Amino acid sequence: MERKTKVNAENGKQEIIITREFDLPVELLFKAYEDPQIVEQWMGTKVLKLENRQHGSYQFETSHEGKVVFRANGSIHEFVPNQKITRTFKMENTPFPVQLEYLEFEKLTDDTSKLTMQILFKSEGFKNQLLQMPFAQGINMAHNRLQEIVNKLKSTL
Amino acid sequence: MNLRRDVFQAIADPTRRAILLLLATSQTMTAGAIASNFDTARPTVSKHLQILTECELLAQQQTGREIYYYINAKKMKEVDDFIEPFRQMWDDRFNKLETIMKKYKTKK
Repeated sequence: MERKTKVNAENGKQEIIITREFDLPVELLFKAYEDPQIVEQWMGTKVLKLENRQHGSYQFETSHEGKVVFRANGSIHEFVPNQKITRTFKMENTPFPVQLEYLEFEKLTDDTSKLTMQILFKSEGFKNQLLQMPFAQGINMAHNRLQEIVNKLKSTL
Repeated sequence: MNLRRDVFQAIADPTRRAILLLLATSQTMTAGAIASNFDTARPTVSKHLQILTECELLAQQQTGREIYYYINAKKMKEVDDFIEPFRQMWDDRFNKLETIMKKYKTKK
């Protein structure tokens, strides 16, 4: 399958830009962010609270074997259906300062849409730390193949 | 900026990953030797080599009439260690989102 999600993390900048095009009308893409039950399914986290409005807030919680392993919260600054969400994001019980997230939803055609997520960090150092966190759940076949390549490379050097 | 994006496109393709794996094992090879490992047409393999070279995952060295390809270890490590797991996490999430919403659409 074509690799559709792009991450741009330029050196010298304290931001990450994630872009993705979807085979979905923009209304359905936005719905996936708006409906807490749907958010739970694709984010793989429990949604404790999601107030989709200006000055609203949200809280996510992920458990593993009955223990809470991850909790995050934030406040919502802008909520414009099918267009944008501006919110803060804070991982609880971590030294990471709050991040600012700009989510822009764009209609491409009647059946396709694009999401642009701009994440701003307190410093470039925190950006790099976040990128280096172990995202174990996200590592799939393609990445394993790449790991295999790098391992071989390391052993031949 | 565009260069970094190209790296992800480069490693997205299974043939290109296979080329990288091949070169990781054999160190250096000519385009012809690389192509002989694939059923794909020679020009297709050349195109893959060009893409891998443009995004600096591969480097070239001319020896006489032959051009040898080898892996740019620094670039490979950068891609592997740095952004890829993060990108993969979001890609998995968004793939899930897309699947869920496609079903949602047909249910309605």
